[in-house]
Amino acid sequence: MDSISITGAKIFFEIPIFGGIPITETQVNSWIVMAFITILCLVLTHDLKVRPTSKRQIIAEWIVEKVTGLVRGNMGGAFISYAPFICAILGLSAFSSLSALLGMYPPTADLNTIAGWAILIFGMITYTKIKTSGFLGYLKGYTEPFALFTPFNILSELGTPVSMAFRHFGNVVSGVVISTLVYAALAGASTLLFGWLPGLLGKIPFLQVGIPAVLSIYFDLFSSCMQAFIFSMLTMLYIANAASKD
Amino acid sequence: MELANAKAIIMAGCAIGAGLSLIAGIGPGIGEGYAVGKACEAIGRQPECKGSVTSTMIMGCAIAETTGIYGFVMGLLLMLLAPNLFIGKL
Repeated sequence: MDSISITGAKIFFEIPIFGGIPITETQVNSWIVMAFITILCLVLTHDLKVRPTSKRQIIAEWIVEKVTGLVRGNMGGAFISYAPFICAILGLSAFSSLSALLGMYPPTADLNTIAGWAILIFGMITYTKIKTSGFLGYLKGYTEPFALFTPFNILSELGTPVSMAFRHFGNVVSGVVISTLVYAALAGASTLLFGWLPGLLGKIPFLQVGIPAVLSIYFDLFSSCMQAFIFSMLTMLYIANAASKD
Repeated sequence: MELANAKAIIMAGCAIGAGLSLIAGIGPGIGEGYAVGKACEAIGRQPECKGSVTSTMIMGCAIAETTGIYGFVMGLLLMLLAPNLFIGKL
């Protein structure tokens, strides 16, 4: 069947410097998501009052309260300054995956997006470790419990961002692949069932109406929010773990 | 003719490898089933902590899923990326 095509992000155009920097669907869609989140924040925090009178302010306060509580519960009170970052990761990840509901190519279905976030978090983990135990102490941490373990420690250190990136990417992209396959299967089935109808009526894939929505509820709504939550949860746990002295 | 044969062998190898990599799905299936079973037991014993047991279980399931996801990603790479990678080298 020719109609099945599982591809990566489309390339819109190339910036002709440094041998061509491609601008893909991923970048465009993630900028759209970022613009949406910025507008959402501006709308929610516009015209704040000491005693909240509007619904918007109550929603904004609820979000801040929840995220602060989450950070305090998982990382401890010393890390409360990380709350905006965690909220940003959570919101960006959730809205990026949820953009698939609008038929957009979700930026989180591209490994590059998630790998970028994971490398950022890897940098934060390393920074926290160096800040906690000093540079020599950080290097010494690789030889725990004794020197023979150094290669394994380096591997497990490098494995952290790889596993975070692959977990999120795999979950989103499996949803995309399964949805594509189901769409193609339903198109084939409706051609078989309704192909005898005359003219244009026979070409309308009736079975594609409604049935994929059930899958969409799981893969797009539940799985995206879940993965966003898990990604930020793991970020918190890794950073809090890096700061604890053994 | 030789090149076509090599291509066919590469495609077949990649497809078989992708199929085999999905065996990784067995582990998370067993593990998650076990976790959910234990969570049911815990809820049966203490119905009042249903909320926290459920959220911890979903979190744990999502992390246990990782190895299966690795298998899936490897299968995807083998199907979509590896053939071009090797055929380009011929």
